[in-house]
Amino acid sequence: MSGAKPITAGTPAASLDARPQLPVLDIRDLSIAFAGEHGNVGVVRHVDLGLAPGEVVGLAGESGSGKSTLALGACRLLRPPAVITGGSVIYRGRRVSASGVEILDLSGRQLRELRWREIAIVFQSAMNALNPVLRISDQLGDVLDAHLDLGREEKRERLMSLLDLVGIPRQRLRSYPHELSGGMRQRVMIAMALSTEPEVVIMDEPTTALDVVVQREILAEIAALQKQLKFAVLFITHDLSLLLEIADRIAILYGGRLVELGSAEQIHHQTAHPYTRGLLDSFPSVRGPRRELAGISGSPPDPRDMPPGCPFEPRCRFATENCQAVDMRLLAVPGSAAGHVTACPYVKPDMLATADASRAAAASNGGRPA
Amino acid sequence: MTAPETMASTPVAASLGALVLEARGLCKDYRIGRGPGSSTVSAVRDVSLQLRRGSVVALVGESGSGKSTVAKLLAGQEWPTAGQILLDGEPVRPSSRHAFRAFKSDVQMVFQDPFASLNPTHRVRYPLERAVRLHQRELKGAAIGAELVRLLEEVRMIPAEQFLMRYPHELSGGQRQRISIARALAVKPRVLLADEPVSMLDVSIRLEVLDVIDQLRARFDLAVLYITHDIASARYFANETLVMYAGEIVERGPSEDLTQNPAHPYTQLLLAAAPDPDRLGAPVDERLKLGGRPVAGTSARTAGCRFSDRCPLAEDRCRAESPPLRAIGEQRAAACWRLEVAAPGLLADAGAERSTPMPR
Repeated sequence: MSGAKPITAGTPAASLDARPQLPVLDIRDLSIAFAGEHGNVGVVRHVDLGLAPGEVVGLAGESGSGKSTLALGACRLLRPPAVITGGSVIYRGRRVSASGVEILDLSGRQLRELRWREIAIVFQSAMNALNPVLRISDQLGDVLDAHLDLGREEKRERLMSLLDLVGIPRQRLRSYPHELSGGMRQRVMIAMALSTEPEVVIMDEPTTALDVVVQREILAEIAALQKQLKFAVLFITHDLSLLLEIADRIAILYGGRLVELGSAEQIHHQTAHPYTRGLLDSFPSVRGPRRELAGISGSPPDPRDMPPGCPFEPRCRFATENCQAVDMRLLAVPGSAAGHVTACPYVKPDMLATADASRAAAASNGGRPA
Repeated sequence: MTAPETMASTPVAASLGALVLEARGLCKDYRIGRGPGSSTVSAVRDVSLQLRRGSVVALVGESGSGKSTVAKLLAGQEWPTAGQILLDGEPVRPSSRHAFRAFKSDVQMVFQDPFASLNPTHRVRYPLERAVRLHQRELKGAAIGAELVRLLEEVRMIPAEQFLMRYPHELSGGQRQRISIARALAVKPRVLLADEPVSMLDVSIRLEVLDVIDQLRARFDLAVLYITHDIASARYFANETLVMYAGEIVERGPSEDLTQNPAHPYTQLLLAAAPDPDRLGAPVDERLKLGGRPVAGTSARTAGCRFSDRCPLAEDRCRAESPPLRAIGEQRAAACWRLEVAAPGLLADAGAERSTPMPR
């Protein structure tokens, strides 16, 4: 591919013209590895991703693609043997200096001040993240004590308003976690994350363990709160269908590499990477004509034994011998608006539009594909 | 064999395989606490269903709706408080050990969590070999090894000899779930009860596991009960779909028909909650809205429709009297007093069909 010139994909300034601000969380060229007996095993490799203020960015990928590791790495929450092997993570919050701080250079004390106050995380299993022997009021109160200097009355007011915010009745403040349903516990986790008005909230599969109806309620809650409080969200999930609904932009991670990044609209209708197409064809839809479900055959690559070039090559139906030499730099997608980038230099959106086309054909026939 | 009242609708035409396993009016109560202060929770109320060879029935509902309890009752792991389970038309009783083992080898279960359902200290070979030795006693020596290889190849675990020597932690979630399916197949069942077999797996892996089950269904003419909270997958995978709410079946019908034209307000709610990428463009909070309804937990109601607390159409009658499962046309039924408001089109169609004599 000679015509396309590489652009720096991660910065929204370059990608969405409507958002001129610098990203509030700016991940650049971040690499994370697990140290082992036989050397380091790279699990996140050269990822660029920026979060504009008040933006919802979705991060999608299969288990083992490195999506949680990437998010934990960005807040320096990794435990050994995971180590950050390169890159930079800059945080530019209103409450810290405008030029931003390099998270990877912070001391332990500075990190404690940054975490939760500036960047909060909602973890996947609310069952395990709450302490079973403490009341909700105590657990929420601990966060306020640690990060804000509030008087007794002020703190009580704050606790009440937090519960109101996420739609939990006030009398639940004295409940223990086991007395709450899964959805309510997840709401408590969200209240806890929002208690100090952080500018960035990382949500790591916050609704995966919940039922569909409750999941929908929680997502609506998150969307409403996000609109009201204007924090930026990094939303991590393996379910791309969810992201299409809630995210402004979506990043697709495969084998520790970003393979595609674009607005939800672009990812859905101008899909540029074969892996993204595979994810889109994996979930059955309840509406519209029945369509062929393809899924993705094979299994994700073993990070200890990454194929050369494009990590998706062994599972890709468009693969050629050239793919083993692909350098995985993100290139602008030809024919798509700015900000839509893909790591695949060979496949064009129109080659991947087949599933959409067959759907349209089926719809115009008024029948279903056989 | 007369059908009980709740089976007002005839089974789906696509599933005219031979009837294997049938549940009639199953109820299961659990007692909470002991002594004078104890109370009972009715987890399953009056559930009837029929599993036929070569066809898939989906049981759809939220956590706590009782769908797993139905599977446990059908598998003989729990005993119903009332109602009957019939295998080939004969009531199942656990009194005879021999007969019960025969029942177990006909009816097998695949569980939700592939990380918990395999013992981490045993190689893959162990659970498979035990099942083969117990239930295929005629096999000896090398024939057992050959059978193990055949089982793994059946679930597309190739090369099978290598996978037999692996430990569960060396396998991905999808591979583990396929081992669970192979273990269930080892006893040569006629009925497979799959309790959320893919809900713990990645979206991209789910299809392959469902595809394995579907191919095995076709090859061995299995009757499959597919339990799920994902109504979209039921549309693609099952011939008939039953929707459960708070222990009761609230709607049943051919999957495609039911998902495209839901009758019961609860089914409509479930379908509205399924992600819909085609709604892109509307503002986010509009897209995610479920329509005005109060948030409430699963109902503890003893009288009336159990969904009435959450139902936007509920009126006094709904809170007082429990609605029976009413037939809509030939193949569908729903338990709702307000069907004429919830699904006016469906009732009109069904009525028209019924009044027109079928040309022969």
